[in-house]
Amino acid sequence: MARDREALTLPGFRVAARPAFALLPMLFTAAVFVWPLGVLAARAASADGGLSVLQAWDRTDAWSLLGVTAAQAAASALAALIVAAPIVWLLARIRLPGAGLIRVLVTLPFVLPTVVVGVAFRALLDGPLERLDISEGWPAIILAHVFLNVAVVVRVVSAAWQRVDQREVAAARSLGAGPLRAFVDVVVPRLLPAVASSLALIFLFCSTSFGVIVILGGGRASTLETEIYLQGIGYGHLSEAVALSVMQILLVLAALGVARAVGSARVPPAAAGMQRRRPRGVVRVAVAGVLAWAVLWLAVPVVTLVVRSLRPGGQWGLSGYRALVDDTYGESALGSLRYSLTSALLAAVIAVAVGLLTAIAVTRTGGLVSRVGAVLAVVPLGVSAVTLGFGYTLALAELPYSVAASPLVVPCVQALIAIPVVVGVMVPALDQVPSRQRDVAASLGAGPLRVFWSVDLRLTARSLGAATAFAFVMAIGEFGATTFLARPNTTTIPVLIGQLMGRPGPDNLATAMAAAVLLVAVSALVVAAVEIFTGTGRVRRRREGGAGVADDV
Amino acid sequence: MTPLDARRARPVRRARRALAIGLVAVLAAGGAGCASSDSTEEVSVMTHDSFELPQTLIDEFQQRTGYKLNIVRSGDAGQLSSVVSLTPGSPKADAVFGIDNTFAARPIEADALEPYTPRAADQGASEYAVPEHPDLLTAVDHGDVCVNVDEAWFDNAGVAPPTSIDDLTEPRYKDLTVVMDPATSSPGMGFLLSTIGHYQGRTFDYWRALVQNGVRVVSGWEVAYNQEFSAGEGRGSRPLVVSYASSPAATPGTHAILDSCFAQVEYVGILRGARNVDGARKLVDFLLSPDVQAALPTSMYVYPVRKDTRLPTDWRLRAPSPSWTVRMSPDVIDKNREKWLDQWRETVKR
Repeated sequence: MARDREALTLPGFRVAARPAFALLPMLFTAAVFVWPLGVLAARAASADGGLSVLQAWDRTDAWSLLGVTAAQAAASALAALIVAAPIVWLLARIRLPGAGLIRVLVTLPFVLPTVVVGVAFRALLDGPLERLDISEGWPAIILAHVFLNVAVVVRVVSAAWQRVDQREVAAARSLGAGPLRAFVDVVVPRLLPAVASSLALIFLFCSTSFGVIVILGGGRASTLETEIYLQGIGYGHLSEAVALSVMQILLVLAALGVARAVGSARVPPAAAGMQRRRPRGVVRVAVAGVLAWAVLWLAVPVVTLVVRSLRPGGQWGLSGYRALVDDTYGESALGSLRYSLTSALLAAVIAVAVGLLTAIAVTRTGGLVSRVGAVLAVVPLGVSAVTLGFGYTLALAELPYSVAASPLVVPCVQALIAIPVVVGVMVPALDQVPSRQRDVAASLGAGPLRVFWSVDLRLTARSLGAATAFAFVMAIGEFGATTFLARPNTTTIPVLIGQLMGRPGPDNLATAMAAAVLLVAVSALVVAAVEIFTGTGRVRRRREGGAGVADDV
Repeated sequence: MTPLDARRARPVRRARRALAIGLVAVLAAGGAGCASSDSTEEVSVMTHDSFELPQTLIDEFQQRTGYKLNIVRSGDAGQLSSVVSLTPGSPKADAVFGIDNTFAARPIEADALEPYTPRAADQGASEYAVPEHPDLLTAVDHGDVCVNVDEAWFDNAGVAPPTSIDDLTEPRYKDLTVVMDPATSSPGMGFLLSTIGHYQGRTFDYWRALVQNGVRVVSGWEVAYNQEFSAGEGRGSRPLVVSYASSPAATPGTHAILDSCFAQVEYVGILRGARNVDGARKLVDFLLSPDVQAALPTSMYVYPVRKDTRLPTDWRLRAPSPSWTVRMSPDVIDKNREKWLDQWRETVKR
């Protein structure tokens, strides 16, 4: 015990801890991301008729693609913020039975394969919403992007809002500030990092969006991502695909830079815990309105799926669901689900471990090494699945067969894509943990691991839950890059859904929809389990006393 | 240790236990993977996402040859040929099935294939062979891209359905057709190629007329057939859709216009650098065996290449194989793909 305290107070300890925090994430990213892309870039440079990056940009009209990509991603992120705002308020400020359920529901669109979302939106926009006359084009694409990503804002920002100490708002009010002024002066600055972080994440997701843009774009919408697919897969032009990916990475770095600049505005640390109030009077009307709003955005597309899964060929029936256990043509959908679950859970464990270490390195040490590590960890999110897939194909071919064929390859790649979300959610959360409490815990004799466990993790349990849930749903829903890594009997559920949708006959479509419903249902269970697990820390803390962790150390 | 410490220690211990369990699980998964790979001799085949054969046939392969068949699904035909072409000599599998004639030039040019001519090739497969390299790829099946017609829609409207793709530009068929973007859809590409084969130098005049007649372009077959087509699942508004000659077998009340279909041929090939060349050859033979050929229609909605194969009854009634199709050499397609797609984009998007 004495040793621990000594170590913590010695100036050398923190310096020694820095590389350790940053090293593992950097090694992981280097092995799973930098190396494959390096191999691909080298191959593209040496390919016959290989072009320089500038020539390739010129030939593919890359600058205008960049503009379109950035504009639609920014519009999608802003629209998601607007749609999410009322739901954020509801979850952060109102004590509502079933709030956990809303948090779970809000996360689910994330898990749906984009081809399913694209088709569900087409069904909606061609059917019940035909009068809007937007079945194709950018408005339809942005609507689908909002549906897919509203969860990011809702979960990240509402977790931050819950950590705002209501006593400070009360203090501002007692000093004469109106409710709006108190909100703008006290609450908004504390939400900014989380808002910036969630907008950056959505921007990154949408800048590499493929299925939604292809299906809802009506063939007229091209972005960097769709052009990379066309150049890489359609024409087999490696140099062009790689050059466009370079531009994609530059876009991602710029977006991350802006988010970091906005998000790192000096924010006074927040205290733990905040009492949410029961809805009364006019607030009840507002609550009802927000609930209707949430249902409109989240439930309608999902209900469309359920209805289609239950109406093969326009007749109500369960044949779509019966076919889930059918293994006449190889593995059944349930078999695929088992594989998907195992792989995604493993990926979530890896992503949370690596992502948390990265987030700690960023928030605690702030050195150049950790900053580079943090950026590296987020960049994969903004890189085309085709480019990643090509990189893996080349890199794995260089490895001994037994390594390349390891069942760990798929979860590692799924984790790579989920890590940015864990980092994006955890950095603003850890930033908000008051260092005072950490110091108190340390001076009372807690070692560094214990301080981390009892202060940082407890105060950010809700964010960690969100991060874990996102990591899982991203992993289980990942489609593009993992199809390049496929090994025997590794048909994931999204891949299976794609296969079924590509075959004629009403039963195949109903089965595809039933498999999508199954994917949503199973993901709901896992996300709910994460919710309950990370929620308990918060409840216990509250029971132990509202003053927070400093008391019980 | 004070009581306070005991309380603090519990979560730490729990965290350690969770970590330990996680680590063991990871190692176990890795170990299981290594152990299973040496148990029996196996042959692996890379294929596209829509590959399906009845499990009984796959078991039969193992009984007949002693090799366990590993199936590695890897995206669509375009992705499959890209992956194969990127790694000549150090392939991910022993054989590849599902590269079609629109992409076949790429792996051939990349020198990723090993020559082999199965004995059964003369039963029909050789008629679909790649002209310059008949031994590198063996044809297994063909799916013919044709315009499909919703008969009930035309009955109700009291209009005679079109009998040729020429008719699609006629005013009475205005706003009735849905096609796919050839850049993102392989049947979409097939239809573009069938118009190129059919109209030669006048291809893009035909497309201009189609656009003027209100043709709708969507991204892929899923949306076209399941959403826009009036006989499809979504009960859309258009009774004419680009699909396959075989689709009517699954959708009663429809038929295909057989005058200008494009023959999309799927090949199997042995990958250069294969670990199990003998197994790969046996797999090629197996795919041309009468049992597998007979199972192709119901499992993958394609026509077998073997001439002596009997089609299932409902196929003979509703989905006969077209007697004449547009055939095009993979080399020609590969050399012109980009140019044709550019011209198509210009024509259709104005």
